[in-house]
Amino acid sequence: MNKPTLRSYQKPQKLSDYPLGTASEAGHLVTKNSGWRNERPIITDACINCLQCYLYCPDGVILKTEHGLDIDYDFCKGCGICEKICPKQAIKMEVE
Amino acid sequence: MSNQITAKTITDSEFFYGHKACSGCGGSLAVRIALKVLGEGAISVLPAGCMSAVGFNYPHLCFSNNSIISTFAGTASMLTGVEAGARAVGIKNFKAVGLAGDGGTADIGIQALSGAIDRNDDILYICYDNEAYMNTGIQKSGLTPFGAKTTTTPSGENIHGNIRPKKNLFEIVAAHDIPYAATASIGNLKDFMNKIEKASKIKGTAYIHVVAPCPIGWGIPVNETIDIARKMMDCGLWYLAEYENGQFKLNKNPREFSSIKDYLLSQGRFKHLDDADIEILAAQRDAKWAAIRKNWNTTEEEL
Amino acid sequence: MTKAFLSGNDAFAEGVRLARPQVISIYPITPQTTVVERLSEMVEDSSLASELIHVESEHSALSCAIGASAMGARTFTATSSQGLLYMAECLQYASGGRFPIVMMNANRSTALPWNIYGDQRDSLSQLDCGWIQVYVEDAQESLDMALQSYHIAENPLVSTPVMVNLDGFVLTHTYETVEIPSQTDADRFLPPFQTENKMSLDNPKNLAFSVGPDNNMEFKYIQHKAMLDSRRVIEETDAKFAEIFGRSYGGLTQDYRIDDADYILITLGSITGLCREVVDELRERGEKVGLLKLRFLRPFPSDDLVAALESAKAIGVLEKDISFGYEGTVYTNVNSVIAKNGLHLETYNFIAGLGGRDISRENIKEIFRHLQTGGQHVNFIGLGVSIDE
Ligand SMILES: Cc1ncc(C[n+]2csc(CCOP(=O)(O)OP(=O)(O)O)c2C)c(N)n1
Ligand code: SF4
Ligand code: SF4
Ligand code: SF4
Ligand SMILES: [Mg+2]
Repeated sequence: MNKPTLRSYQKPQKLSDYPLGTASEAGHLVTKNSGWRNERPIITDACINCLQCYLYCPDGVILKTEHGLDIDYDFCKGCGICEKICPKQAIKMEVE
Repeated sequence: MSNQITAKTITDSEFFYGHKACSGCGGSLAVRIALKVLGEGAISVLPAGCMSAVGFNYPHLCFSNNSIISTFAGTASMLTGVEAGARAVGIKNFKAVGLAGDGGTADIGIQALSGAIDRNDDILYICYDNEAYMNTGIQKSGLTPFGAKTTTTPSGENIHGNIRPKKNLFEIVAAHDIPYAATASIGNLKDFMNKIEKASKIKGTAYIHVVAPCPIGWGIPVNETIDIARKMMDCGLWYLAEYENGQFKLNKNPREFSSIKDYLLSQGRFKHLDDADIEILAAQRDAKWAAIRKNWNTTEEEL
Repeated sequence: MTKAFLSGNDAFAEGVRLARPQVISIYPITPQTTVVERLSEMVEDSSLASELIHVESEHSALSCAIGASAMGARTFTATSSQGLLYMAECLQYASGGRFPIVMMNANRSTALPWNIYGDQRDSLSQLDCGWIQVYVEDAQESLDMALQSYHIAENPLVSTPVMVNLDGFVLTHTYETVEIPSQTDADRFLPPFQTENKMSLDNPKNLAFSVGPDNNMEFKYIQHKAMLDSRRVIEETDAKFAEIFGRSYGGLTQDYRIDDADYILITLGSITGLCREVVDELRERGEKVGLLKLRFLRPFPSDDLVAALESAKAIGVLEKDISFGYEGTVYTNVNSVIAKNGLHLETYNFIAGLGGRDISRENIKEIFRHLQTGGQHVNFIGLGVSIDE
């Protein structure tokens, strides 16, 4: 699977550290979004793997893995759309 | 129909990730899904607006496919250049795709869009419609519906929000005799995904108009973005349709509509509407549907 | 090499053809129109293999060129006057994004009042837009600078768009004999465009991004430095051009009989030819006069100016421009060099030719007389009415 990943970033020290023009590597993430969240979604055993939460998450942070679904809490904003869309009420929102 | 894209078959790659859109943002879901369908060959052009503002803050760059911000008015014209340039330098298997807001499409960018369709450039233009200029703080655009309160159409004793109906951009685009145009909603991603897939195969200009609610601008809780998009279709204020080979086709023809009042009053931007205002909207809806049912192909088929 | 009798616009189009741009966006405006007509004919008869795009406005013309350049394609567009102003937003977009687009501008007056004739208020009003600005004198220089401009713009040290200015009608529509280089020589001069400032499927990038206060000034400093560095590239380009084609323009400026000159007139564009003739005539009478043609206004030829003007007693700036409420913009720029370098000489500004008003031989003689006798600093030349009311 291909998705942008979190990088360590150091502010440029010299002019040549900056890119030419306004063109830089695609998908280059340096800050998390986890601090935005008041509640975190937890996927429970009631999940039937219908993937509706995966599809409708605006941030794309519900990941398909070999052992089922996983949530990238670095970038989940806690909106609760996954909880509402789930046909089995398998997602619980937990206060952070 | 076989070969449908579903949650199971769509690529698990993410192309719009780690962005700074508000929690529960409908526009970001539209962009995310569009790019997942198009894949790594997508070269996206986004004008000034929320989706570019939340995705391109150097050094935090959230598109993993090639992407560029255009001027506010220049989505379609830059798409034209990107498409011609990519061909000229010998790039194969790419799709130039525009991802523009309602203001960027129906207002300031309509001239360039019209020009691109007129040339039948081989591009896909997706308008994510959140019904106002959100990035600048919820001002009225040409796609803001009748009655909506925005910061430039306040509601008071004299005027109840926006006094003009929503521009009919889908049919304006279709009137160019475009090879393919469709409406969609993030309330129905299956329909949206498959329309993108279909549009991406069109040789020439294709246009998709996807409703993408903005919880901030609409005045709804952040977890209701999808519900409100669905309610909008259920009450008949939005419809799923296509234009192809010179014909309009309605994709879903509801037997009856759910309550328009429920839809409206569940949103902050419509809270001030009185029964007379709601009557106007209902009458507009009924007139529109009468015309659709009379003139368009309404045989439902699974998309 | 062949010879042909061509207008400035036609000659420019020949230069563009030889540069082999891959994407050309066109939109008509007088007096630029015949350039885009010629290019369309060249594409039709297959002497030019470009994607020719009929955009619906100048804003789109440049936006389209930026998109194509962002894919690594060599691009061209052309405009004039209202069109240049209409694309103003895209001008800064192209230079800030460091897209080496070449654009011809037919210098024309700007409305209101409407006027289709030549003056330089259109391009001079955009002096700060971050583009390299060239002003050419005749049809040959037009053709040559079409080619040279790509060589300058695409140098990785520069990576900045170039606007080549031709005086409307007097140059764009005047026919002269022009040498057209062979495609082989042109290809020898101008290699294919290569850049890292582009999107590609092997190396995906995000372009035209936002940069907050923490890094923004550095981006702007780098842009400024590239423009300063372009001075060297402009000179190298001229030297390489001379080697292959046997014609040289002297880089940022071109001087004429200034060696022992006490009085030097600074010009830009097509009026230079007539001024040269006047210099010859006055020289014959023993007057120590000379001429300095500014070929580039950005980057500004500061060093050339100091060297050329150092020992003059008085200098004049003749320009088809007025910054309302002050003086001619070129004059302001020249004065700044003089002040910074502590030159001791009188400076005068001659504002002429607005809206296509003819500049006569007698006007130019009058200007040289003014340099010698002294008088008012900012002068309108050729006004048809008395202004002492
Ligand atoms: C030429 C120009 N005019 C105005 C703006 C300011 N502006 C930036 S984004 C925006 C609103 C965008 O609205 P829309 O296209 O609906 O996208 P949204 O922000 O709602 O996603 C405006 C007005 C601009 N960037 N450029
Ligand atoms: S929506 Fe519910 S049931 Fe479906 S995959 Fe997600 S958690 Fe499981
Ligand atoms: S809470 Fe929102 S962001 Fe987090 S996983 Fe659910 S839908 Fe995605
Ligand atoms: S203001 Fe609305 S459209 Fe903009 S990012 Fe926030 S939720 Fe999305
Ligand atoms: Mg909007």
